[in-house]
Amino acid sequence: MTDVDVPAGRDSFPRLMAYNADRIGDQPAFRVKEYGIWQSWTWAEAHKEMRHLALGMMDLGLQPGEHVAIIGNNRPELYIAMYAVSAAGGVPVPIYQDSVAEEMAYVLDHCSARFAICQDQEQVDKVLDVKERLPNLTEIFYGDPRGLRKYDHTHLHDLKIVIERGEEMEGGNGADLDARIAARGLDETCVMLYTSGTTGRPKGVVLSNRNIISTAKNSSEFDSLRESDNVLAYLPMAWVGDFIFSMGQAAWSGFCVNCPESPDTMQMNLREIGPTYFFAPPRFFEGLLTNVMIRMEDAGKFKQWLFHHFMAHAKRVGPAMLDGESVSGGDKLKYALGNLLVYGPLKNTLGMSRVRVGYTAGEAIGPEIFDFYRSLGINLKQLYGQTEASVFITQQPDGQVRADTVGVASPGVELKIAESGEVYYRSSGTFVEYYKNPESTADTKDPEGWVATGDAGFIEPDTGHLRIIDRAKDVGKMADGSLFAPKYVENKLKFFPNILEAVVFGNGRDRCTAFLNIDLTAVGNWAERNNIAYASYQELAQHPQVQSTLQAHVEEVNKSVAEDPMLAGCQIHRFLILHKQLDADDGELTRTQKVRRRIIEERYGDLIIALYDGSESVFAKTEVTYEDGRKGFVSATLEIRDAAVVPVQTQQVAAE
Amino acid sequence: MNDMSPDGYTTPDGRQIGGVMMEVKNITLRFGGVVAIKDISFDIREGEIRAIIGPNGAGKSSMLNVINGFYHPQEGEVWFNGAKRKAMKPHAIAKQGIARTFQNIALFKGMSTLDNIMTGRFTKMNAGFWSQCLWKGKAEQEEIENREYVEKIIDFLEIQAIRKTPVGRLPYGLQKRVELGRALAAEPKLLLLDEPMAGMNVEEKEDMSRFILDVNDEFGTTIALIEHDMGVVMDISDRVVVMDYGRKIGDGTPDVVRADPAVIDAYLGVAHD
Repeated sequence: MTDVDVPAGRDSFPRLMAYNADRIGDQPAFRVKEYGIWQSWTWAEAHKEMRHLALGMMDLGLQPGEHVAIIGNNRPELYIAMYAVSAAGGVPVPIYQDSVAEEMAYVLDHCSARFAICQDQEQVDKVLDVKERLPNLTEIFYGDPRGLRKYDHTHLHDLKIVIERGEEMEGGNGADLDARIAARGLDETCVMLYTSGTTGRPKGVVLSNRNIISTAKNSSEFDSLRESDNVLAYLPMAWVGDFIFSMGQAAWSGFCVNCPESPDTMQMNLREIGPTYFFAPPRFFEGLLTNVMIRMEDAGKFKQWLFHHFMAHAKRVGPAMLDGESVSGGDKLKYALGNLLVYGPLKNTLGMSRVRVGYTAGEAIGPEIFDFYRSLGINLKQLYGQTEASVFITQQPDGQVRADTVGVASPGVELKIAESGEVYYRSSGTFVEYYKNPESTADTKDPEGWVATGDAGFIEPDTGHLRIIDRAKDVGKMADGSLFAPKYVENKLKFFPNILEAVVFGNGRDRCTAFLNIDLTAVGNWAERNNIAYASYQELAQHPQVQSTLQAHVEEVNKSVAEDPMLAGCQIHRFLILHKQLDADDGELTRTQKVRRRIIEERYGDLIIALYDGSESVFAKTEVTYEDGRKGFVSATLEIRDAAVVPVQTQQVAAE
Repeated sequence: MNDMSPDGYTTPDGRQIGGVMMEVKNITLRFGGVVAIKDISFDIREGEIRAIIGPNGAGKSSMLNVINGFYHPQEGEVWFNGAKRKAMKPHAIAKQGIARTFQNIALFKGMSTLDNIMTGRFTKMNAGFWSQCLWKGKAEQEEIENREYVEKIIDFLEIQAIRKTPVGRLPYGLQKRVELGRALAAEPKLLLLDEPMAGMNVEEKEDMSRFILDVNDEFGTTIALIEHDMGVVMDISDRVVVMDYGRKIGDGTPDVVRADPAVIDAYLGVAHD
């Protein structure tokens, strides 16, 4: 394991705060929009508030090593509270603010939280609801007093009052606080973050100061983040990404964390702040692009022409220019003109005029979407990470950005691919343990420190970039032994706006087939524009022209899949368009809209048989659950089409 | 309820209700030959949430219009803050500290949320004509103070995201909230709400109930409201007046009213003569 060299004065959050207060004390550390105006805290003010709150909490009995829950939307007072908890020797445990009281009770109980710091009445109410079951929880704090004035204040405290009391104690107890800060270095726990837990109960991931601060240092240097940078903190505080961006990197680099006025105003606040460093999940970028396109369709003819003309040019030369490749003088000139007329104003509207480094992660992003932002000159990159790694496993360096990889190993991270294709990593950011769960820790992290990601992937030999194929448990083998990665192909299909959902079959079989769902919005729109009448979803889905369009999409995907020798076997030979939309109410999708393969295979077994026995069409009758819980049936005769595939060369046995 | 002390009472949830703020005595209101309100008396106490309920056409809105001075009753007296009220224009009554919202939303559709709520500060603007024209001195200072107050309301009602949106584009539930904001901007002592929850879904009703309780709690505003939804009324109000055919048929705490046979008859529909 490569150890990072972290200077002694910067090896914990309280010390980083003091370091920044000393070095850049008059620069803004936090901003929040309140009462319509951006209010700011300088590093010096934040440092004072941290000390006073820490003293106030020590006075109320916080002991070193105890956990303090932080619950609420991104607010400066909550970020400062996390620093203060660290300073008092405690461990902050940010909790998802939209959890219901029951979920909160589990986490609060599991970490035996001593205090809970809440944003407002909503969160206080939830904690009070379950407080009886939590013998360790003694005090509750709140930031916004609205609606709380008449509550019993014996164990309920206004943060402002606690801070005031702490200020009075600075003279007498300041030395105790200094001792507590001094006692905690790189090996002490920095934070505990609960993973969202798609399977079973959430697990508490213990991350040390070494994990967080070395990761923050490495990643800040990787993208040369500096104190003049600005981020907008709008993703949940309980998510590891926000902890790294808004706490780790912000403290290390000394940049300013801006908090939106309310979750609904995020887009407006983004425009006002114009962050230089920005993170968003792919669906955010997708949504934004869709908005732009819809608004362009309503624009006048000339504006439309201008937009499309210059966007075509940007698509051609923009990404190359961003990567620093040379383009002709004429192209440069035209791009500059486009920047003046189209790209500049558009970026300004999106709030991305100043973005120097932008990241997306979490799921695959459509290449068109990715290229759109890059062609505008926005340096959007991909990274791959997880809570257990303090986020960073791989990321894309400037100049080597592609839609289909997640980049090279982040500084200080070692990668290895197991026999099964699963990706393993090891780094100074690798988590200490799952709290009170040694079995899971042992399952995930081996004695040498290697952690299994649960994702299957491979490293491109010539570039060293990691490509993620699928969840390791979904990856299978075809009959001839070649790799079967359904999600990889499904994602490619879903990048077409006409395809809402796709399910690919082929595990253990000689060839792949697929179910498709049309996207009713996109296909319905197309039908309307082309005067195609339809009476029902089933009719539209089975319309010959729709079939042909989707066939073209499938064939295009086949071509793209065939380019990759390892995955060429996953080309789709036959497909059908389902007569109903896959739905979580019928158990076909999870509540987070992920395909449940087993259930679909059971429900539509006869259709899968038809896909493989060569029949031209199949009659389907399926039970559906309506929103009010009633059951009914939908039925239709589904056409099965053959799609052209690119012939595959001799089967190579996957050799590493 | 007549055994109530003149100094006020304590509600079951521990809120302290003060003395009489508004009292209507033997009000009768006629429109030509139609008697809209017949000999009604009741009082509203400081800090109270007071509801007026009744079937359609019972005279509830007319009653509210009498309280805020829009209608002048032919008989009876209105007492506010211990003084008998003379006939005066609604804007003068607004200055006394009574604000209201309307059954059918009455906002300026083309203006933004912010500007609509700013109009509620009208009674707080005293700068002279020239000062206003030049936007200097008092006018500028007043505008800043008023904007600060309005921003507090926007924060309170959680409508930051629609600050600059023209209200005509907002969904119904939000328009109702903006209207409440405008009424609050006048810093009323007595707030009249005419069917604040009409046409709302369950979730919007819950939100609005929460806001009404919070207004009462945070600003100490006395509230009189008309509402059809019996569940909501019984949940949030301290005392309820029940009207039917222009007459008062019940008055008291929700529990008392709920058990009153006259009220049950009016709601379940008994043949009237």
